[in-house]
Amino acid sequence: MAVGAHKEILKTVLRLINANEDWNASGAGNEKEAVDLFKQKEFDLVLFGAGIPDEKELKKKLQSLNPDIICVDHYGGGSGLLKCEILQGLAEKNKY
Amino acid sequence: MAQSILHLADSRGKVNHGWLKSAHTFSFGSYHDPKRIHFGALRVLNDDHIAGGRGFGEHPHDNMEIVSIPLSGALKHKDSMQNEAVIRSGEIQVMSAGTGIYHMEFNDNEDIPTELLQIWIFPNKRNVEPRYDQINISYKENPNRLEQILSPDPEDEGVWIHQNAWFHIGAFEQGKGATYSLKAEGNGVYAFVIKGSVSVNGQLLNERDGYGIWDIDKLEIVVEKDAEILLMEVPMDI
Repeated sequence: MAVGAHKEILKTVLRLINANEDWNASGAGNEKEAVDLFKQKEFDLVLFGAGIPDEKELKKKLQSLNPDIICVDHYGGGSGLLKCEILQGLAEKNKY
Repeated sequence: MAQSILHLADSRGKVNHGWLKSAHTFSFGSYHDPKRIHFGALRVLNDDHIAGGRGFGEHPHDNMEIVSIPLSGALKHKDSMQNEAVIRSGEIQVMSAGTGIYHMEFNDNEDIPTELLQIWIFPNKRNVEPRYDQINISYKENPNRLEQILSPDPEDEGVWIHQNAWFHIGAFEQGKGATYSLKAEGNGVYAFVIKGSVSVNGQLLNERDGYGIWDIDKLEIVVEKDAEILLMEVPMDI
Protein backbone atom coordinates (compact mmCIF):
# COMPACT_ATOMS: atom_id res chain seq x y z
CA MET A 1 0.00 0.00 0.00
CA ALA A 2 1.27 3.49 -0.85
CA VAL A 3 0.03 6.38 1.29
CA GLY A 4 0.42 9.99 0.23
CA ALA A 5 -1.59 13.19 0.22
CA HIS A 6 -0.31 14.47 -3.13
CA LYS A 7 -2.73 12.84 -5.60
CA GLU A 8 -0.56 13.14 -8.70
CA ILE A 9 2.54 11.84 -6.95
CA LEU A 10 0.59 8.95 -5.44
CA LYS A 11 -0.73 8.10 -8.92
CA THR A 12 2.82 8.14 -10.30
CA VAL A 13 4.17 5.99 -7.45
CA LEU A 14 1.37 3.43 -7.94
CA ARG A 15 1.99 3.32 -11.68
CA LEU A 16 5.70 2.72 -11.13
CA ILE A 17 5.15 -0.02 -8.54
CA ASN A 18 2.50 -1.77 -10.60
CA ALA A 19 4.75 -1.72 -13.68
CA ASN A 20 6.71 -4.45 -11.88
CA GLU A 21 4.98 -7.76 -12.56
CA ASP A 22 5.90 -9.13 -9.11
CA TRP A 23 4.37 -6.23 -7.22
CA ASN A 24 0.85 -4.98 -6.79
CA ALA A 25 -0.01 -1.78 -4.97
CA SER A 26 -3.10 0.16 -3.93
CA GLY A 27 -3.11 3.75 -2.79
CA ALA A 28 -4.59 5.77 0.06
CA GLY A 29 -4.67 9.57 0.21
CA ASN A 30 -5.10 10.05 3.96
CA GLU A 31 -5.08 8.26 7.32
CA LYS A 32 -8.71 7.13 7.18
CA GLU A 33 -8.43 5.74 3.65
CA ALA A 34 -5.23 3.96 4.65
CA VAL A 35 -6.77 2.25 7.69
CA ASP A 36 -9.91 1.29 5.77
CA LEU A 37 -7.89 -0.16 2.88
CA PHE A 38 -5.53 -1.93 5.26
CA LYS A 39 -8.48 -3.70 6.88
CA GLN A 40 -9.83 -4.79 3.49
CA LYS A 41 -6.65 -6.15 1.86
CA GLU A 42 -3.51 -7.93 2.92
CA PHE A 43 -0.26 -6.01 2.34
CA ASP A 44 3.43 -6.89 2.78
CA LEU A 45 4.66 -3.32 2.94
CA VAL A 46 3.36 0.21 3.41
CA LEU A 47 5.17 3.06 1.70
CA PHE A 48 4.72 6.47 3.35
CA GLY A 49 4.84 9.32 0.87
CA ALA A 50 4.49 13.03 1.46
CA GLY A 51 1.81 15.04 3.20
CA ILE A 52 0.51 12.67 5.89
CA PRO A 53 0.37 14.91 8.98
CA ASP A 54 0.92 12.22 11.62
CA GLU A 55 2.90 9.41 10.02
CA LYS A 56 4.00 7.96 13.38
CA GLU A 57 0.43 7.59 14.60
CA LEU A 58 -0.66 5.95 11.35
CA LYS A 59 2.28 3.52 11.50
CA LYS A 60 1.34 2.58 15.07
CA LYS A 61 -2.25 2.02 14.02
CA LEU A 62 -1.29 -0.19 11.06
CA GLN A 63 1.23 -2.14 13.15
CA SER A 64 -1.44 -2.75 15.78
CA LEU A 65 -3.58 -4.30 13.02
CA ASN A 66 -0.67 -6.34 11.61
CA PRO A 67 2.53 -6.46 13.73
CA ASP A 68 4.48 -7.93 10.75
CA ILE A 69 3.77 -5.07 8.39
CA ILE A 70 6.84 -3.33 6.98
CA CYS A 71 6.58 0.47 7.07
CA VAL A 72 8.95 2.35 4.77
CA ASP A 73 9.37 6.13 4.50
CA HIS A 74 9.44 6.99 0.82
CA TYR A 75 11.76 9.78 -0.32
CA GLY A 76 12.03 11.43 -3.67
CA GLY A 77 8.49 10.99 -4.94
CA GLY A 78 9.29 9.19 -8.16
CA SER A 79 11.21 6.44 -9.84
CA GLY A 80 14.72 7.07 -8.49
CA LEU A 81 14.58 5.46 -5.08
CA LEU A 82 11.30 3.53 -5.19
CA LYS A 83 12.61 0.11 -6.23
CA CYS A 84 15.50 0.31 -3.78
CA GLU A 85 13.28 1.32 -0.85
CA ILE A 86 10.89 -1.56 -1.49
CA LEU A 87 13.68 -4.13 -1.94
CA GLN A 88 15.44 -2.90 1.20
CA GLY A 89 12.20 -3.00 3.20
CA LEU A 90 11.41 -6.53 2.09
CA ALA A 91 15.01 -7.67 2.63
CA GLU A 92 14.97 -6.43 6.21
CA LYS A 93 12.04 -8.68 6.93
CA ASN A 94 13.63 -11.57 5.01
CA LYS A 95 10.70 -11.71 2.70
CA TYR A 96 12.62 -11.22 -0.48
CA MET B 1 39.57 6.14 14.53
CA ALA B 2 38.88 7.31 10.98
CA GLN B 3 36.70 5.12 8.81
CA SER B 4 36.42 5.32 5.06
CA ILE B 5 34.87 3.88 1.93
CA LEU B 6 36.31 4.13 -1.57
CA HIS B 7 34.12 4.15 -4.68
CA LEU B 8 36.25 4.05 -7.82
CA ALA B 9 34.72 5.71 -10.89
CA ASP B 10 34.42 2.43 -12.80
CA SER B 11 32.57 0.73 -9.96
CA ARG B 12 29.56 3.02 -10.30
CA GLY B 13 26.25 1.79 -11.75
CA LYS B 14 26.15 2.80 -15.41
CA VAL B 15 23.00 3.41 -17.44
CA ASN B 16 22.75 4.35 -21.09
CA HIS B 17 19.39 5.48 -22.44
CA GLY B 18 20.92 6.95 -25.57
CA TRP B 19 20.02 10.55 -24.79
CA LEU B 20 21.06 10.08 -21.15
CA LYS B 21 24.21 8.42 -19.96
CA SER B 22 24.59 8.32 -16.22
CA ALA B 23 26.89 6.86 -13.59
CA HIS B 24 25.26 6.28 -10.21
CA THR B 25 27.50 6.23 -7.15
CA PHE B 26 24.59 4.90 -5.08
CA SER B 27 21.64 2.65 -5.94
CA PHE B 28 19.23 4.53 -8.17
CA GLY B 29 16.49 3.53 -10.60
CA SER B 30 17.31 0.16 -12.14
CA TYR B 31 20.77 0.07 -10.50
CA HIS B 32 20.47 -1.66 -7.14
CA ASP B 33 23.41 -2.70 -4.99
CA PRO B 34 22.50 -3.32 -1.33
CA LYS B 35 26.05 -2.36 -0.35
CA ARG B 36 25.74 1.01 -2.02
CA ILE B 37 22.63 2.73 -0.77
CA HIS B 38 23.88 5.94 0.81
CA PHE B 39 26.67 7.71 2.64
CA GLY B 40 24.94 9.12 5.71
CA ALA B 41 22.39 11.65 4.50
CA LEU B 42 23.89 11.63 0.99
CA ARG B 43 21.53 9.36 -0.92
CA VAL B 44 22.09 10.11 -4.62
CA LEU B 45 25.16 11.15 -6.57
CA ASN B 46 24.39 10.88 -10.27
CA ASP B 47 26.87 11.90 -12.93
CA ASP B 48 24.56 12.69 -15.88
CA HIS B 49 25.41 13.36 -19.52
CA ILE B 50 22.35 14.70 -21.35
CA ALA B 51 22.33 14.89 -25.14
CA GLY B 52 21.54 18.16 -26.91
CA GLY B 53 17.87 19.14 -26.84
CA ARG B 54 16.92 16.18 -24.66
CA GLY B 55 15.98 15.88 -21.03
CA PHE B 56 13.66 14.70 -18.29
CA GLY B 57 9.97 15.30 -18.98
CA GLU B 58 7.59 16.35 -16.24
CA HIS B 59 8.07 14.16 -13.17
CA PRO B 60 7.39 14.47 -9.43
CA HIS B 61 9.56 14.68 -6.35
CA ASP B 62 8.82 14.82 -2.64
CA ASN B 63 10.73 14.81 0.64
CA MET B 64 14.22 15.25 -0.74
CA GLU B 65 16.79 18.04 -0.94
CA ILE B 66 17.89 18.03 -4.58
CA VAL B 67 21.08 19.79 -5.63
CA SER B 68 22.17 20.15 -9.26
CA ILE B 69 25.61 21.32 -10.34
CA PRO B 70 26.10 21.60 -14.12
CA LEU B 71 29.71 20.89 -15.05
CA SER B 72 29.29 21.94 -18.68
CA GLY B 73 26.44 23.12 -20.87
CA ALA B 74 23.08 24.41 -19.68
CA LEU B 75 19.87 22.93 -18.31
CA LYS B 76 16.41 24.44 -18.62
CA HIS B 77 14.21 23.98 -15.56
CA LYS B 78 10.46 24.50 -15.18
CA ASP B 79 8.44 23.49 -12.11
CA SER B 80 4.99 23.50 -10.52
CA MET B 81 6.00 26.47 -8.31
CA GLN B 82 6.11 28.57 -11.53
CA ASN B 83 9.90 28.73 -11.56
CA GLU B 84 11.39 28.77 -15.03
CA ALA B 85 15.13 29.18 -15.39
CA VAL B 86 18.24 28.06 -17.19
CA ILE B 87 21.08 26.80 -15.01
CA ARG B 88 24.58 26.84 -16.46
CA SER B 89 28.03 25.65 -15.59
CA GLY B 90 29.17 28.06 -12.85
CA GLU B 91 25.85 27.87 -11.01
CA ILE B 92 24.23 25.63 -8.41
CA GLN B 93 20.53 24.87 -8.13
CA VAL B 94 18.66 23.60 -5.07
CA MET B 95 15.14 22.30 -4.62
CA SER B 96 13.47 21.24 -1.41
CA ALA B 97 10.83 18.87 -2.73
CA GLY B 98 9.00 18.66 0.63
CA THR B 99 5.28 18.02 0.26
CA GLY B 100 5.67 17.57 -3.48
CA ILE B 101 6.54 19.30 -6.70
CA TYR B 102 6.56 18.56 -10.42
CA HIS B 103 9.35 19.69 -12.68
CA MET B 104 10.99 19.14 -16.02
CA GLU B 105 14.64 19.58 -17.01
CA PHE B 106 15.97 19.79 -20.54
CA ASN B 107 19.33 20.46 -22.10
CA ASP B 108 18.97 24.09 -23.21
CA ASN B 109 21.31 23.58 -26.17
CA GLU B 110 20.29 21.59 -29.23
CA ASP B 111 23.78 20.48 -30.18
CA ILE B 112 25.94 20.58 -27.03
CA PRO B 113 25.70 17.90 -24.33
CA THR B 114 25.15 18.94 -20.73
CA GLU B 115 27.18 17.35 -17.95
CA LEU B 116 25.50 17.53 -14.60
CA LEU B 117 25.96 16.28 -11.04
CA GLN B 118 22.63 15.55 -9.45
CA ILE B 119 22.83 15.10 -5.69
CA TRP B 120 20.01 14.12 -3.35
CA ILE B 121 20.25 14.63 0.41
CA PHE B 122 17.76 13.18 2.88
CA PRO B 123 16.00 16.12 4.57
CA ASN B 124 16.09 16.44 8.37
CA LYS B 125 12.37 17.20 8.32
CA ARG B 126 9.66 15.61 6.20
CA ASN B 127 6.84 17.49 4.48
CA VAL B 128 8.43 20.95 4.35
CA GLU B 129 7.14 23.64 2.00
CA PRO B 130 8.73 23.16 -1.44
CA ARG B 131 11.28 25.76 -2.48
CA TYR B 132 13.70 26.51 -5.32
CA ASP B 133 16.87 28.58 -5.63
CA GLN B 134 19.89 28.95 -7.86
CA ILE B 135 23.04 31.03 -7.44
CA ASN B 136 26.37 31.65 -9.13
CA ILE B 137 29.47 29.91 -7.87
CA SER B 138 32.92 31.22 -8.66
CA TYR B 139 35.41 28.51 -7.79
CA LYS B 140 36.94 28.45 -11.27
CA GLU B 141 37.70 32.18 -11.10
CA ASN B 142 39.17 31.84 -7.60
CA PRO B 143 41.37 28.73 -7.75
CA ASN B 144 43.32 26.96 -5.02
CA ARG B 145 40.68 27.42 -2.33
CA LEU B 146 37.54 25.66 -1.22
CA GLU B 147 34.37 27.67 -1.83
CA GLN B 148 31.34 26.96 0.35
CA ILE B 149 28.35 26.43 -1.94
CA LEU B 150 25.77 24.92 0.44
CA SER B 151 24.96 24.98 4.13
CA PRO B 152 22.00 24.54 6.49
CA ASP B 153 21.83 28.30 7.15
CA PRO B 154 19.93 30.67 4.80
CA GLU B 155 22.23 33.49 5.98
CA ASP B 156 25.45 31.61 5.24
CA GLU B 157 27.43 31.43 2.00
CA GLY B 158 25.92 29.39 -0.86
CA VAL B 159 22.47 27.83 -1.14
CA TRP B 160 20.81 26.23 1.89
CA ILE B 161 18.96 23.00 2.54
CA HIS B 162 16.95 21.30 5.26
CA GLN B 163 19.87 19.25 6.54
CA ASN B 164 22.98 19.77 8.65
CA ALA B 165 25.17 19.57 5.54
CA TRP B 166 27.88 21.70 3.94
CA PHE B 167 29.25 21.48 0.40
CA HIS B 168 32.54 22.97 -0.76
CA ILE B 169 34.01 22.97 -4.24
CA GLY B 170 37.41 23.99 -5.54
CA ALA B 171 39.65 24.10 -8.60
CA PHE B 172 43.28 23.47 -7.73
CA GLU B 173 46.62 23.50 -9.51
CA GLN B 174 49.03 20.63 -9.19
CA GLY B 175 51.06 20.81 -5.98
CA LYS B 176 48.49 22.96 -4.16
CA GLY B 177 46.25 21.71 -1.43
CA ALA B 178 43.78 22.53 1.29
CA THR B 179 42.70 21.50 4.76
CA TYR B 180 39.03 21.02 5.43
CA SER B 181 37.75 21.09 9.00
CA LEU B 182 34.39 19.44 9.59
CA LYS B 183 31.61 21.72 10.75
CA ALA B 184 29.56 19.40 12.91
CA GLU B 185 30.17 16.44 15.19
CA GLY B 186 28.86 13.16 13.81
CA ASN B 187 29.25 14.29 10.23
CA GLY B 188 31.32 12.61 7.54
CA VAL B 189 32.67 13.93 4.26
CA TYR B 190 32.21 12.44 0.80
CA ALA B 191 34.89 13.71 -1.57
CA PHE B 192 34.18 13.47 -5.30
CA VAL B 193 36.85 14.27 -7.86
CA ILE B 194 35.34 16.10 -10.83
CA LYS B 195 38.64 16.38 -12.72
CA GLY B 196 42.30 15.54 -12.18
CA SER B 197 43.90 13.65 -9.30
CA VAL B 198 44.10 14.40 -5.61
CA SER B 199 45.11 12.66 -2.40
CA VAL B 200 42.63 12.92 0.43
CA ASN B 201 44.15 11.91 3.77
CA GLY B 202 46.67 9.89 1.79
CA GLN B 203 44.15 8.14 -0.47
CA LEU B 204 44.83 8.76 -4.16
CA LEU B 205 41.68 9.64 -6.10
CA ASN B 206 41.35 10.09 -9.84
CA GLU B 207 38.64 11.64 -12.01
CA ARG B 208 35.12 10.70 -10.84
CA ASP B 209 36.36 8.60 -7.91
CA GLY B 210 34.50 9.05 -4.64
CA TYR B 211 35.81 8.65 -1.11
CA GLY B 212 33.74 8.81 2.05
CA ILE B 213 35.43 9.44 5.41
CA TRP B 214 33.94 9.69 8.86
CA ASP B 215 34.99 9.72 12.53
CA ILE B 216 37.45 12.48 11.68
CA ASP B 217 37.85 16.19 12.44
CA LYS B 218 39.60 17.33 9.27
CA LEU B 219 40.77 16.34 5.80
CA GLU B 220 44.09 17.05 4.14
CA ILE B 221 43.85 17.45 0.37
CA VAL B 222 46.96 17.36 -1.81
CA VAL B 223 46.57 17.97 -5.53
CA GLU B 224 48.52 15.46 -7.63
CA LYS B 225 47.33 16.78 -11.00
CA ASP B 226 45.26 19.93 -11.75
CA ALA B 227 41.93 19.07 -10.19
CA GLU B 228 38.40 20.06 -9.35
CA ILE B 229 36.96 18.51 -6.20
CA LEU B 230 33.58 18.55 -4.47
CA LEU B 231 33.37 17.90 -0.72
CA MET B 232 29.98 16.97 0.71
CA GLU B 233 29.78 17.03 4.51
CA VAL B 234 26.67 15.26 5.75
CA PRO B 235 25.32 13.73 8.96
CA MET B 236 26.18 10.04 9.19
CA ASP B 237 23.19 9.18 11.39
CA ILE B 238 19.88 9.53 9.60
